[in-house]
Amino acid sequence: MDPAVVIDVARLGKTFGPVTAVEDLSFTVRAGEIFGLLGPNGAGKSTTLRMLITVLPPSTGTATVLGHDIVTEADTVRSLIGYVPQERAVDRFLTGREHLELLGGLYHLSRTETNARIDELLKLVNLEEHADRVAKTYSGGMKRKLDIACGLLPNPKIVFLDEPTLGLDVQSRLKIWDYIRQLRENGITIVMTTNYLEEADQLCDRLAIIDGGTIRVIGSPLELKTGLGGDSLSVTIKEHEAEKLPRLREGVMALPLVRDVRLNPTGLDILVESPEKSLPAVIEVAQRLDCGLDGIEYHRPRLDDVFVAHTGHGLRGGTPDTAEEE
Amino acid sequence: MTFQHYRQEVLALTMRWVRRLSREKFSMLFTLVQPMLFWLIFFGSLFQKAANIQILQAPNYMSFLAGGVVVMTVLNNGLAGGVDLLFDKENGFLERLMSTPIHRSSVILSRYLFVMAITGMQILVILSIAFVFGVRLETGLPGIAVILAIGMLFGVGLTAISMGLAFSVKSHGDFFSMLGFLSLPMIFLSSALVPLSAMPGWMQVVAMVNPMTWVIDAVRPLIITGWNAAIPQVGMAFVILAIFDAVCLYGGAKAFRRAIG
Ligand SMILES: Nc1ncnc2c1ncn2[C@@H]1O[C@H](COP(=O)(O)OP(=O)(O)OP(=O)(O)O)[C@@H](O)[C@H]1O
Ligand SMILES: [Mg+2]
Repeated sequence: MDPAVVIDVARLGKTFGPVTAVEDLSFTVRAGEIFGLLGPNGAGKSTTLRMLITVLPPSTGTATVLGHDIVTEADTVRSLIGYVPQERAVDRFLTGREHLELLGGLYHLSRTETNARIDELLKLVNLEEHADRVAKTYSGGMKRKLDIACGLLPNPKIVFLDEPTLGLDVQSRLKIWDYIRQLRENGITIVMTTNYLEEADQLCDRLAIIDGGTIRVIGSPLELKTGLGGDSLSVTIKEHEAEKLPRLREGVMALPLVRDVRLNPTGLDILVESPEKSLPAVIEVAQRLDCGLDGIEYHRPRLDDVFVAHTGHGLRGGTPDTAEEE
Repeated sequence: MTFQHYRQEVLALTMRWVRRLSREKFSMLFTLVQPMLFWLIFFGSLFQKAANIQILQAPNYMSFLAGGVVVMTVLNNGLAGGVDLLFDKENGFLERLMSTPIHRSSVILSRYLFVMAITGMQILVILSIAFVFGVRLETGLPGIAVILAIGMLFGVGLTAISMGLAFSVKSHGDFFSMLGFLSLPMIFLSSALVPLSAMPGWMQVVAMVNPMTWVIDAVRPLIITGWNAAIPQVGMAFVILAIFDAVCLYGGAKAFRRAIG
Protein backbone atom coordinates (compact mmCIF):
# COMPACT_ATOMS: atom_id res chain seq x y z
CA MET A 1 0.00 0.00 0.00
CA ASP A 2 1.09 3.52 -0.75
CA PRO A 3 2.76 4.82 2.44
CA ALA A 4 1.20 8.21 1.87
CA VAL A 5 -2.26 6.69 2.31
CA VAL A 6 -3.26 6.84 5.99
CA ILE A 7 -6.92 5.91 5.64
CA ASP A 8 -8.22 3.47 3.11
CA VAL A 9 -11.97 3.01 2.89
CA ALA A 10 -13.37 0.26 0.70
CA ARG A 11 -17.07 -0.09 -0.04
CA LEU A 12 -18.08 0.90 3.46
CA GLY A 13 -21.79 0.90 4.28
CA LYS A 14 -24.03 1.22 7.31
CA THR A 15 -27.70 0.44 7.76
CA PHE A 16 -29.82 1.10 10.83
CA GLY A 17 -32.68 -1.37 10.50
CA PRO A 18 -34.52 -0.28 7.37
CA VAL A 19 -32.56 2.98 7.06
CA THR A 20 -29.46 3.01 4.89
CA ALA A 21 -27.30 5.74 6.36
CA VAL A 22 -24.33 5.33 4.01
CA GLU A 23 -23.64 2.99 1.14
CA ASP A 24 -20.64 1.82 -0.82
CA LEU A 25 -18.16 4.50 0.28
CA SER A 26 -14.66 4.25 -1.07
CA PHE A 27 -11.95 6.84 -0.64
CA THR A 28 -8.44 7.33 0.63
CA VAL A 29 -6.96 10.00 2.83
CA ARG A 30 -3.32 10.96 2.36
CA ALA A 31 -0.82 11.76 5.07
CA GLY A 32 -0.76 15.38 6.17
CA GLU A 33 -3.80 16.59 4.29
CA ILE A 34 -7.08 18.10 5.41
CA PHE A 35 -9.73 15.83 4.00
CA GLY A 36 -13.31 17.04 4.09
CA LEU A 37 -16.66 15.32 3.89
CA LEU A 38 -19.11 17.91 2.59
CA GLY A 39 -22.82 17.26 2.62
CA PRO A 40 -26.22 18.39 3.86
CA ASN A 41 -27.91 17.28 7.12
CA GLY A 42 -28.51 13.56 7.15
CA ALA A 43 -26.06 12.89 4.32
CA GLY A 44 -24.18 10.34 6.40
CA LYS A 45 -21.11 12.33 7.38
CA SER A 46 -21.22 11.57 11.10
CA THR A 47 -22.04 7.94 10.45
CA THR A 48 -18.95 7.66 8.24
CA LEU A 49 -16.78 9.29 10.87
CA ARG A 50 -18.18 7.09 13.64
CA MET A 51 -17.27 3.98 11.72
CA LEU A 52 -13.73 5.24 11.12
CA ILE A 53 -13.21 6.03 14.79
CA THR A 54 -14.42 2.49 15.59
CA VAL A 55 -17.44 3.35 17.74
CA LEU A 56 -19.89 2.11 15.11
CA PRO A 57 -19.34 -1.25 13.42
CA PRO A 58 -19.86 -1.08 9.64
CA SER A 59 -22.60 -3.21 8.06
CA THR A 60 -20.61 -3.78 4.89
CA GLY A 61 -17.15 -3.09 3.57
CA THR A 62 -13.86 -2.44 5.35
CA ALA A 63 -11.53 0.39 6.22
CA THR A 64 -8.04 0.71 7.58
CA VAL A 65 -6.61 3.57 9.58
CA LEU A 66 -2.80 3.78 9.51
CA GLY A 67 -2.86 0.22 8.22
CA HIS A 68 -5.05 -1.14 11.02
CA ASP A 69 -8.48 -2.59 10.40
CA ILE A 70 -11.23 -0.58 12.11
CA VAL A 71 -13.04 -3.72 13.28
CA THR A 72 -10.40 -6.31 14.09
CA GLU A 73 -7.78 -3.86 15.36
CA ALA A 74 -10.11 -1.28 16.83
CA ASP A 75 -8.04 -0.83 19.98
CA THR A 76 -4.89 0.03 18.04
CA VAL A 77 -6.82 2.47 15.87
CA ARG A 78 -8.29 4.16 18.95
CA SER A 79 -4.86 4.71 20.45
CA LEU A 80 -3.62 6.47 17.29
CA ILE A 81 -6.44 8.90 16.62
CA GLY A 82 -8.20 11.84 18.21
CA TYR A 83 -11.89 12.60 17.90
CA VAL A 84 -13.91 15.78 18.21
CA PRO A 85 -17.61 14.88 18.13
CA GLN A 86 -20.36 16.94 16.55
CA GLU A 87 -22.26 17.42 19.80
CA ARG A 88 -20.66 19.52 22.49
CA ALA A 89 -19.83 16.39 24.42
CA VAL A 90 -18.71 18.02 27.63
CA ASP A 91 -19.52 17.16 31.21
CA ARG A 92 -21.20 20.23 32.68
CA PHE A 93 -19.89 19.48 36.13
CA LEU A 94 -16.22 19.10 35.26
CA THR A 95 -13.75 21.91 34.67
CA GLY A 96 -11.87 22.15 31.42
CA ARG A 97 -8.72 20.86 33.06
CA GLU A 98 -10.56 17.91 34.60
CA HIS A 99 -11.82 16.89 31.17
CA LEU A 100 -8.28 16.76 29.91
CA GLU A 101 -7.04 14.93 33.00
CA LEU A 102 -9.73 12.33 32.55
CA LEU A 103 -8.69 11.76 28.95
CA GLY A 104 -5.05 11.58 30.00
CA GLY A 105 -6.02 8.60 32.15
CA LEU A 106 -8.01 6.99 29.36
CA TYR A 107 -5.11 7.31 26.91
CA HIS A 108 -2.77 5.90 29.58
CA LEU A 109 -0.51 8.94 29.74
CA SER A 110 1.60 9.50 32.83
CA ARG A 111 0.66 12.39 35.07
CA THR A 112 3.64 14.51 33.97
CA GLU A 113 2.91 13.79 30.31
CA THR A 114 -0.74 14.70 30.82
CA ASN A 115 0.07 17.95 32.58
CA ALA A 116 2.56 19.02 29.93
CA ARG A 117 0.06 18.23 27.22
CA ILE A 118 -2.72 20.10 29.04
CA ASP A 119 -0.63 23.28 29.36
CA GLU A 120 0.26 23.10 25.69
CA LEU A 121 -3.33 22.58 24.55
CA LEU A 122 -4.89 25.19 26.82
CA LYS A 123 -2.48 27.66 25.31
CA LEU A 124 -3.26 26.55 21.77
CA VAL A 125 -7.01 27.04 22.16
CA ASN A 126 -6.74 30.07 24.47
CA LEU A 127 -8.57 28.51 27.37
CA GLU A 128 -5.89 28.99 30.02
CA GLU A 129 -7.91 31.52 32.00
CA HIS A 130 -11.02 29.39 32.02
CA ALA A 131 -9.40 26.02 32.62
CA ASP A 132 -10.56 25.76 36.21
CA ARG A 133 -14.17 26.75 35.74
CA VAL A 134 -16.86 24.11 35.36
CA ALA A 135 -17.96 23.62 31.78
CA LYS A 136 -21.55 24.65 32.39
CA THR A 137 -20.29 28.23 32.67
CA TYR A 138 -18.62 28.03 29.23
CA SER A 139 -19.99 29.67 26.11
CA GLY A 140 -20.67 27.55 23.02
CA GLY A 141 -17.38 28.61 21.46
CA MET A 142 -15.43 27.80 24.62
CA LYS A 143 -17.01 24.35 24.77
CA ARG A 144 -15.98 23.82 21.16
CA LYS A 145 -12.42 24.81 21.97
CA LEU A 146 -12.41 22.41 24.89
CA ASP A 147 -13.75 19.71 22.58
CA ILE A 148 -10.88 20.31 20.21
CA ALA A 149 -8.34 20.28 23.02
CA CYS A 150 -9.82 16.94 24.16
CA GLY A 151 -9.46 15.53 20.65
CA LEU A 152 -5.82 16.56 20.54
CA LEU A 153 -4.85 15.37 24.01
CA PRO A 154 -3.47 11.97 22.93
CA ASN A 155 -1.16 13.69 20.43
CA PRO A 156 -2.80 11.77 17.61
CA LYS A 157 -1.51 11.14 14.10
CA ILE A 158 -4.98 11.68 12.70
CA VAL A 159 -7.72 13.89 14.10
CA PHE A 160 -11.37 13.43 13.19
CA LEU A 161 -13.46 16.57 13.52
CA ASP A 162 -17.22 16.38 13.12
CA GLU A 163 -18.53 19.79 12.03
CA PRO A 164 -15.91 21.70 14.01
CA THR A 165 -17.43 25.14 13.46
CA LEU A 166 -21.14 24.35 13.54
CA GLY A 167 -23.06 27.25 15.05
CA LEU A 168 -20.02 29.40 15.84
CA ASP A 169 -19.68 33.10 15.06
CA VAL A 170 -17.34 34.29 12.33
CA GLN A 171 -14.40 35.06 14.61
CA SER A 172 -14.50 31.73 16.39
CA ARG A 173 -14.80 30.00 13.05
CA LEU A 174 -11.71 31.72 11.69
CA LYS A 175 -9.87 30.89 14.91
CA ILE A 176 -10.71 27.23 14.55
CA TRP A 177 -9.64 27.23 10.92
CA ASP A 178 -6.34 28.58 12.19
CA TYR A 179 -5.93 25.71 14.68
CA ILE A 180 -6.73 23.21 12.00
CA ARG A 181 -4.14 24.67 9.63
CA GLN A 182 -1.64 24.73 12.46
CA LEU A 183 -2.24 21.04 13.04
CA ARG A 184 -1.57 20.32 9.39
CA GLU A 185 1.69 22.23 9.66
CA ASN A 186 2.65 19.93 12.53
CA GLY A 187 2.15 16.96 10.23
CA ILE A 188 -1.20 15.82 11.58
CA THR A 189 -3.73 14.45 9.13
CA ILE A 190 -7.21 15.88 9.51
CA VAL A 191 -10.50 14.33 8.50
CA MET A 192 -13.39 16.70 9.00
CA THR A 193 -17.02 17.01 8.07
CA THR A 194 -18.80 20.21 7.25
CA ASN A 195 -21.91 21.50 5.66
CA TYR A 196 -20.40 24.91 5.00
CA LEU A 197 -19.26 25.27 1.39
CA GLU A 198 -16.96 28.10 2.26
CA GLU A 199 -15.26 26.05 4.94
CA ALA A 200 -14.74 23.14 2.59
CA ASP A 201 -13.41 25.47 -0.08
CA GLN A 202 -10.97 27.41 2.07
CA LEU A 203 -9.78 24.74 4.46
CA CYS A 204 -9.78 21.36 2.78
CA ASP A 205 -7.02 20.06 0.56
CA ARG A 206 -9.37 17.46 -0.84
CA LEU A 207 -12.99 16.76 -0.29
CA ALA A 208 -15.67 14.23 -0.93
CA ILE A 209 -19.15 15.52 -1.62
CA ILE A 210 -21.55 13.17 0.08
CA ASP A 211 -25.31 13.21 -0.34
CA GLY A 212 -27.99 10.68 0.44
CA GLY A 213 -25.38 8.32 1.88
CA THR A 214 -23.16 8.07 -1.19
CA ILE A 215 -20.10 9.93 -2.40
CA ARG A 216 -20.86 11.98 -5.49
CA VAL A 217 -17.41 13.28 -6.34
CA ILE A 218 -13.93 13.54 -4.79
CA GLY A 219 -11.18 16.01 -5.53
CA SER A 220 -9.46 19.21 -4.47
CA PRO A 221 -11.74 22.25 -4.44
CA LEU A 222 -9.85 23.60 -7.46
CA GLU A 223 -10.12 20.35 -9.41
CA LEU A 224 -13.82 20.17 -8.69
CA LYS A 225 -14.37 23.72 -9.83
CA THR A 226 -12.33 23.38 -13.02
CA GLY A 227 -14.10 20.10 -13.61
CA LEU A 228 -17.22 22.13 -14.16
CA GLY A 229 -15.67 23.88 -17.14
CA GLY A 230 -13.71 26.66 -15.54
CA ASP A 231 -14.29 30.38 -15.91
CA SER A 232 -16.84 31.92 -18.21
CA LEU A 233 -17.90 35.28 -19.62
CA SER A 234 -21.50 36.28 -20.24
CA VAL A 235 -21.92 38.89 -22.94
CA THR A 236 -25.22 40.77 -23.27
CA ILE A 237 -25.81 42.43 -26.60
CA LYS A 238 -27.86 45.59 -27.22
CA GLU A 239 -31.43 44.62 -28.17
CA HIS A 240 -31.54 46.23 -31.61
CA GLU A 241 -28.25 44.52 -32.54
CA ALA A 242 -29.60 40.99 -31.99
CA GLU A 243 -29.18 40.07 -35.65
CA LYS A 244 -25.38 40.45 -35.30
CA LEU A 245 -25.24 37.70 -32.67
CA PRO A 246 -24.34 34.76 -34.97
CA ARG A 247 -21.47 36.73 -36.48
CA LEU A 248 -20.21 37.74 -33.09
CA ARG A 249 -20.35 34.13 -32.07
CA GLU A 250 -18.19 33.06 -35.01
CA GLY A 251 -15.72 35.82 -34.30
CA VAL A 252 -15.39 34.92 -30.64
CA MET A 253 -15.14 31.23 -31.44
CA ALA A 254 -12.04 31.95 -33.49
CA LEU A 255 -10.19 33.40 -30.49
CA PRO A 256 -7.42 31.15 -29.15
CA LEU A 257 -8.35 31.24 -25.45
CA VAL A 258 -12.01 30.42 -25.98
CA ARG A 259 -13.11 26.84 -25.44
CA ASP A 260 -16.80 26.98 -26.18
CA VAL A 261 -19.50 29.49 -26.96
CA ARG A 262 -23.22 29.06 -26.37
CA LEU A 263 -26.06 31.27 -27.49
CA ASN A 264 -28.52 32.53 -24.94
CA PRO A 265 -31.62 34.75 -25.53
CA THR A 266 -29.80 38.00 -24.82
CA GLY A 267 -26.23 37.22 -25.78
CA LEU A 268 -23.46 34.65 -25.44
CA ASP A 269 -22.01 32.40 -22.72
CA ILE A 270 -18.30 31.99 -23.41
CA LEU A 271 -16.14 29.39 -21.68
CA VAL A 272 -12.60 30.69 -21.49
CA GLU A 273 -9.16 29.57 -20.33
CA SER A 274 -8.12 32.83 -18.78
CA PRO A 275 -10.65 35.61 -18.23
CA GLU A 276 -7.94 38.27 -17.88
CA LYS A 277 -6.64 37.70 -21.41
CA SER A 278 -9.84 36.78 -23.17
CA LEU A 279 -11.88 39.73 -21.91
CA PRO A 280 -10.06 42.39 -23.99
CA ALA A 281 -10.00 40.05 -26.98
CA VAL A 282 -13.78 39.54 -26.84
CA ILE A 283 -14.36 43.31 -26.62
CA GLU A 284 -12.04 43.83 -29.57
CA VAL A 285 -14.03 41.37 -31.68
CA ALA A 286 -17.28 43.11 -30.78
CA GLN A 287 -15.87 46.48 -31.79
CA ARG A 288 -14.49 45.12 -35.05
CA LEU A 289 -17.92 43.76 -35.94
CA ASP A 290 -19.52 47.02 -34.78
CA CYS A 291 -21.65 45.13 -32.38
CA GLY A 292 -22.97 47.21 -29.45
CA LEU A 293 -22.60 45.51 -26.03
CA ASP A 294 -24.86 46.10 -23.07
CA GLY A 295 -22.57 44.45 -20.58
CA ILE A 296 -20.07 41.70 -19.83
CA GLU A 297 -20.19 39.53 -16.73
CA TYR A 298 -17.36 37.42 -15.56
CA HIS A 299 -18.20 34.22 -13.73
CA ARG A 300 -15.91 31.81 -11.89
CA PRO A 301 -17.60 28.60 -10.70
CA ARG A 302 -17.94 28.29 -6.96
CA LEU A 303 -18.20 25.18 -4.89
CA ASP A 304 -21.97 25.78 -4.79
CA ASP A 305 -22.06 25.14 -8.52
CA VAL A 306 -20.00 21.99 -8.06
CA PHE A 307 -22.40 20.83 -5.42
CA VAL A 308 -25.47 21.48 -7.52
CA ALA A 309 -23.88 19.86 -10.57
CA HIS A 310 -23.14 16.64 -8.68
CA THR A 311 -26.18 16.33 -6.43
CA GLY A 312 -28.87 18.04 -8.45
CA HIS A 313 -29.79 20.38 -5.61
CA GLY A 314 -28.39 23.16 -3.44
CA LEU A 315 -26.69 22.42 -0.14
CA ARG A 316 -29.46 23.73 2.05
CA GLY A 317 -32.83 25.31 2.07
CA GLY A 318 -33.00 26.26 5.74
CA THR A 319 -30.64 27.92 8.14
CA PRO A 320 -27.19 26.41 8.57
CA ASP A 321 -27.16 25.83 12.30
CA THR A 322 -30.39 24.02 12.94
CA ALA A 323 -29.12 20.47 12.96
CA GLU A 324 -31.81 17.83 12.66
CA GLU A 325 -33.06 16.38 15.93
CA GLU A 326 -33.28 12.63 16.11
CA MET B 1 -4.08 -4.19 27.57
CA THR B 2 -2.23 -4.42 30.83
CA PHE B 3 -3.54 -4.39 34.34
CA GLN B 4 -1.84 -1.03 34.97
CA HIS B 5 -3.73 0.48 32.07
CA TYR B 6 -7.00 -0.97 33.25
CA ARG B 7 -6.49 0.37 36.73
CA GLN B 8 -5.59 3.80 35.39
CA GLU B 9 -8.75 3.96 33.27
CA VAL B 10 -11.06 2.80 36.01
CA LEU B 11 -9.48 5.22 38.45
CA ALA B 12 -9.81 8.17 36.08
CA LEU B 13 -13.45 7.33 35.36
CA THR B 14 -14.33 6.78 39.01
CA MET B 15 -12.66 10.06 39.84
CA ARG B 16 -15.03 11.70 37.38
CA TRP B 17 -18.11 10.43 39.24
CA VAL B 18 -16.66 11.58 42.53
CA ARG B 19 -15.92 15.03 41.14
CA ARG B 20 -19.41 15.33 39.72
CA LEU B 21 -20.90 14.40 43.05
CA SER B 22 -18.77 16.96 44.85
CA ARG B 23 -20.20 19.61 42.51
CA GLU B 24 -23.74 18.44 43.23
CA LYS B 25 -23.63 18.34 47.00
CA PHE B 26 -27.06 19.79 47.26
CA SER B 27 -28.70 17.31 44.98
CA MET B 28 -26.89 14.46 46.67
CA LEU B 29 -28.21 15.49 50.03
CA PHE B 30 -31.77 15.97 48.93
CA THR B 31 -32.35 13.29 46.36
CA LEU B 32 -30.60 10.42 48.09
CA VAL B 33 -30.27 10.79 51.82
CA GLN B 34 -33.21 12.91 52.75
CA PRO B 35 -36.15 10.83 51.50
CA MET B 36 -34.86 7.76 53.26
CA LEU B 37 -34.46 9.58 56.54
CA PHE B 38 -37.92 10.94 56.00
CA TRP B 39 -39.30 7.42 55.76
CA LEU B 40 -37.42 6.33 58.78
CA ILE B 41 -38.16 9.23 61.09
CA PHE B 42 -41.54 10.34 59.89
CA PHE B 43 -43.22 7.00 59.33
CA GLY B 44 -41.33 5.44 62.19
CA SER B 45 -42.88 7.90 64.63
CA LEU B 46 -46.21 8.24 62.87
CA PHE B 47 -47.05 4.57 62.70
CA GLN B 48 -45.52 3.74 66.04
CA LYS B 49 -48.94 3.86 67.65
CA ALA B 50 -50.83 2.20 64.84
CA ALA B 51 -48.37 -0.63 64.45
CA ASN B 52 -49.10 -3.81 66.29
CA ILE B 53 -45.90 -4.91 67.99
CA GLN B 54 -47.24 -8.44 68.02
CA ILE B 55 -47.42 -8.59 64.21
CA LEU B 56 -44.13 -6.84 63.64
CA GLN B 57 -42.26 -8.99 66.13
CA ALA B 58 -40.04 -5.99 66.81
CA PRO B 59 -39.52 -3.80 69.84
CA ASN B 60 -40.92 -0.79 67.94
CA TYR B 61 -41.90 0.22 64.43
CA MET B 62 -38.72 2.24 63.95
CA SER B 63 -36.53 -0.81 64.40
CA PHE B 64 -38.87 -2.78 62.15
CA LEU B 65 -38.63 -0.09 59.50
CA ALA B 66 -34.85 0.41 59.70
CA GLY B 67 -34.15 -2.75 57.71
CA GLY B 68 -36.69 -1.76 55.09
CA VAL B 69 -35.21 1.71 54.78
CA VAL B 70 -31.71 0.31 54.35
CA VAL B 71 -32.90 -1.92 51.54
CA MET B 72 -34.96 0.84 49.93
CA THR B 73 -31.83 2.96 49.85
CA VAL B 74 -30.01 0.17 48.09
CA LEU B 75 -32.94 -0.12 45.68
CA ASN B 76 -33.02 3.59 44.90
CA ASN B 77 -29.29 3.90 44.44
CA GLY B 78 -29.11 0.77 42.36
CA LEU B 79 -31.97 1.67 40.07
CA ALA B 80 -30.59 5.20 39.70
CA GLY B 81 -27.11 3.83 39.02
CA GLY B 82 -27.49 3.97 35.25
CA VAL B 83 -28.91 7.50 35.03
CA ASP B 84 -25.57 9.21 34.51
CA LEU B 85 -24.63 6.76 31.79
CA LEU B 86 -27.97 7.47 30.15
CA PHE B 87 -27.14 11.16 30.02
CA ASP B 88 -23.64 10.34 28.81
CA LYS B 89 -25.16 8.29 26.04
CA GLU B 90 -27.59 11.02 25.09
CA ASN B 91 -25.15 13.92 24.99
CA GLY B 92 -22.37 12.07 23.23
CA PHE B 93 -19.96 11.90 26.15
CA LEU B 94 -20.13 8.12 26.12
CA GLU B 95 -19.10 8.12 22.49
CA ARG B 96 -16.11 10.25 23.37
CA LEU B 97 -15.16 7.75 26.09
CA MET B 98 -15.62 4.87 23.68
CA SER B 99 -13.36 6.48 21.10
CA THR B 100 -10.44 6.17 23.53
CA PRO B 101 -8.42 2.96 23.85
CA ILE B 102 -10.07 1.84 27.06
CA HIS B 103 -11.38 -1.60 27.86
CA ARG B 104 -15.13 -1.39 27.27
CA SER B 105 -15.88 -2.62 30.77
CA SER B 106 -14.00 0.07 32.64
CA VAL B 107 -16.86 2.54 32.31
CA ILE B 108 -19.20 0.00 33.87
CA LEU B 109 -16.78 -0.97 36.60
CA SER B 110 -16.15 2.66 37.53
CA ARG B 111 -19.87 3.20 37.87
CA TYR B 112 -20.16 0.13 40.10
CA LEU B 113 -17.33 1.23 42.36
CA PHE B 114 -18.94 4.62 42.75
CA VAL B 115 -22.52 3.43 43.34
CA MET B 116 -21.36 0.78 45.80
CA ALA B 117 -19.26 3.24 47.78
CA ILE B 118 -22.13 5.72 48.02
CA THR B 119 -24.61 3.01 48.94
CA GLY B 120 -22.32 1.67 51.64
CA MET B 121 -21.91 5.10 53.15
CA GLN B 122 -25.63 5.71 53.12
CA ILE B 123 -26.35 2.43 54.83
CA LEU B 124 -23.96 3.48 57.57
CA VAL B 125 -25.64 6.88 57.86
CA ILE B 126 -29.09 5.31 58.16
CA LEU B 127 -27.98 2.84 60.78
CA SER B 128 -26.32 5.64 62.75
CA ILE B 129 -29.46 7.76 62.65
CA ALA B 130 -31.54 4.77 63.70
CA PHE B 131 -29.07 4.31 66.55
CA VAL B 132 -29.67 7.88 67.65
CA PHE B 133 -33.39 7.08 67.74
CA GLY B 134 -32.79 4.09 69.96
CA VAL B 135 -32.52 1.23 67.47
CA ARG B 136 -29.85 -1.19 68.74
CA LEU B 137 -28.49 -3.80 66.33
CA GLU B 138 -28.88 -7.23 67.95
CA THR B 139 -25.93 -8.59 65.97
CA GLY B 140 -23.63 -5.61 66.59
CA LEU B 141 -20.78 -4.60 64.30
CA PRO B 142 -20.44 -7.98 62.52
CA GLY B 143 -24.14 -7.59 61.72
CA ILE B 144 -23.40 -4.27 60.05
CA ALA B 145 -20.75 -5.95 57.91
CA VAL B 146 -23.27 -8.59 56.81
CA ILE B 147 -25.89 -5.93 56.06
CA LEU B 148 -23.34 -4.09 53.91
CA ALA B 149 -22.48 -7.29 52.07
CA ILE B 150 -26.14 -8.08 51.37
CA GLY B 151 -26.76 -4.48 50.31
CA MET B 152 -23.85 -4.59 47.87
CA LEU B 153 -24.93 -7.89 46.38
CA PHE B 154 -28.45 -6.60 45.85
CA GLY B 155 -27.03 -3.36 44.43
CA VAL B 156 -25.00 -5.24 41.81
CA GLY B 157 -28.11 -6.69 40.21
CA LEU B 158 -30.14 -3.49 40.51
CA THR B 159 -27.41 -1.37 38.99
CA ALA B 160 -27.13 -3.88 36.16
CA ILE B 161 -30.87 -3.48 35.49
CA SER B 162 -30.51 0.29 35.51
CA MET B 163 -27.50 0.36 33.20
CA GLY B 164 -29.10 -2.22 30.92
CA LEU B 165 -32.18 -0.02 30.66
CA ALA B 166 -30.04 3.07 30.08
CA PHE B 167 -28.36 1.38 27.14
CA SER B 168 -31.60 0.01 25.67
CA VAL B 169 -34.13 2.84 25.92
CA LYS B 170 -34.79 5.28 23.09
CA SER B 171 -35.34 8.31 25.33
CA HIS B 172 -34.82 9.23 28.94
CA GLY B 173 -38.58 9.65 29.34
CA ASP B 174 -38.88 5.90 28.73
CA PHE B 175 -36.10 5.26 31.20
CA PHE B 176 -37.70 7.11 34.06
CA SER B 177 -41.16 5.71 33.49
CA MET B 178 -39.73 2.17 33.43
CA LEU B 179 -37.90 2.88 36.68
CA GLY B 180 -41.07 4.14 38.33
CA PHE B 181 -42.88 1.12 37.00
CA LEU B 182 -40.26 -1.13 38.61
CA SER B 183 -39.49 0.50 41.90
CA LEU B 184 -42.91 1.16 43.43
CA PRO B 185 -44.19 -2.44 43.21
CA MET B 186 -40.79 -3.65 44.36
CA ILE B 187 -41.23 -1.60 47.52
CA PHE B 188 -44.93 -2.15 48.19
CA LEU B 189 -45.05 -5.78 47.17
CA SER B 190 -42.30 -6.67 49.61
CA SER B 191 -41.91 -6.84 53.32
CA ALA B 192 -40.33 -3.38 53.44
CA LEU B 193 -43.28 -1.63 55.07
CA VAL B 194 -45.37 -4.47 56.46
CA PRO B 195 -44.47 -8.05 57.33
CA LEU B 196 -45.60 -10.79 54.94
CA SER B 197 -47.91 -12.27 57.54
CA ALA B 198 -49.96 -9.08 57.56
CA MET B 199 -50.58 -9.22 53.78
CA PRO B 200 -53.52 -10.73 51.90
CA GLY B 201 -52.75 -14.10 50.29
CA TRP B 202 -52.13 -12.98 46.69
CA MET B 203 -49.80 -10.26 47.89
CA GLN B 204 -47.79 -12.75 49.89
CA VAL B 205 -47.30 -14.83 46.76
CA VAL B 206 -46.07 -11.84 44.75
CA ALA B 207 -43.89 -10.67 47.61
CA MET B 208 -42.28 -14.11 47.82
CA VAL B 209 -40.89 -13.86 44.28
CA ASN B 210 -39.66 -10.33 44.91
CA PRO B 211 -35.94 -10.48 45.75
CA MET B 212 -36.48 -7.36 47.82
CA THR B 213 -38.48 -9.41 50.34
CA TRP B 214 -35.69 -11.93 50.78
CA VAL B 215 -33.15 -9.20 51.26
CA ILE B 216 -35.27 -7.42 53.86
CA ASP B 217 -36.07 -10.65 55.64
CA ALA B 218 -32.34 -11.22 56.03
CA VAL B 219 -31.50 -7.68 57.10
CA ARG B 220 -34.35 -7.30 59.55
CA PRO B 221 -33.45 -10.15 61.96
CA LEU B 222 -29.86 -8.90 61.93
CA ILE B 223 -31.26 -5.70 63.41
CA ILE B 224 -34.06 -6.90 65.67
CA THR B 225 -33.63 -10.57 66.60
CA GLY B 226 -30.03 -11.74 66.52
CA TRP B 227 -27.78 -14.32 64.88
CA ASN B 228 -29.82 -17.44 65.49
CA ALA B 229 -32.82 -16.19 63.58
CA ALA B 230 -30.72 -14.33 61.04
CA ILE B 231 -28.30 -16.98 59.79
CA PRO B 232 -30.75 -19.13 57.79
CA GLN B 233 -32.36 -16.00 56.33
CA VAL B 234 -28.98 -14.55 55.38
CA GLY B 235 -27.99 -17.82 53.76
CA MET B 236 -31.21 -17.84 51.79
CA ALA B 237 -30.69 -14.21 50.73
CA PHE B 238 -27.22 -14.98 49.40
CA VAL B 239 -28.58 -17.80 47.27
CA ILE B 240 -31.45 -15.68 45.91
CA LEU B 241 -29.09 -12.76 45.25
CA ALA B 242 -26.59 -14.95 43.43
CA ILE B 243 -29.36 -15.97 41.03
CA PHE B 244 -30.75 -12.43 40.81
CA ASP B 245 -27.32 -10.94 40.07
CA ALA B 246 -26.49 -13.58 37.49
CA VAL B 247 -29.72 -12.88 35.59
CA CYS B 248 -29.37 -9.10 35.81
CA LEU B 249 -25.69 -9.07 34.84
CA TYR B 250 -26.40 -11.32 31.88
CA GLY B 251 -29.19 -9.03 30.67
CA GLY B 252 -27.19 -5.88 31.37
CA ALA B 253 -24.13 -7.18 29.53
CA LYS B 254 -26.28 -8.07 26.54
CA ALA B 255 -27.80 -4.59 26.42
CA PHE B 256 -24.36 -3.02 26.78
CA ARG B 257 -22.89 -5.11 23.99
CA ARG B 258 -25.80 -4.31 21.71
CA ALA B 259 -25.42 -0.58 22.34
CA ILE B 260 -21.63 -0.32 22.27
CA GLY B 261 -20.77 -3.07 19.79
N1 LIG C 1 -28.33 5.52 15.45
C1 LIG C 1 -29.09 5.70 14.35
N2 LIG C 1 -30.25 5.02 14.21
C2 LIG C 1 -31.01 5.20 13.12
N3 LIG C 1 -30.72 6.02 12.11
C3 LIG C 1 -29.59 6.73 12.19
C4 LIG C 1 -28.72 6.61 13.32
N4 LIG C 1 -27.66 7.44 13.13
C5 LIG C 1 -27.88 8.05 11.95
N5 LIG C 1 -29.03 7.62 11.37
C6 LIG C 1 -29.56 8.05 10.06
O1 LIG C 1 -28.54 7.96 9.11
C7 LIG C 1 -28.58 9.06 8.23
C8 LIG C 1 -27.24 9.78 8.25
O2 LIG C 1 -27.06 10.39 9.50
P1 LIG C 1 -25.73 11.18 9.91
O3 LIG C 1 -25.85 11.56 11.32
O4 LIG C 1 -24.55 10.38 9.51
O5 LIG C 1 -25.85 12.47 8.99
P2 LIG C 1 -24.90 13.75 8.94
O6 LIG C 1 -24.41 13.86 7.55
O7 LIG C 1 -23.88 13.70 10.00
O8 LIG C 1 -25.94 14.90 9.21
P3 LIG C 1 -25.78 16.26 10.06
O9 LIG C 1 -25.21 17.29 9.15
O10 LIG C 1 -27.19 16.58 10.42
O11 LIG C 1 -24.94 15.97 11.24
C9 LIG C 1 -29.74 9.92 8.66
O12 LIG C 1 -30.84 9.58 7.85
C10 LIG C 1 -29.99 9.50 10.07
O13 LIG C 1 -31.34 9.63 10.41
MG1 LIG D 1 -23.45 14.80 11.64
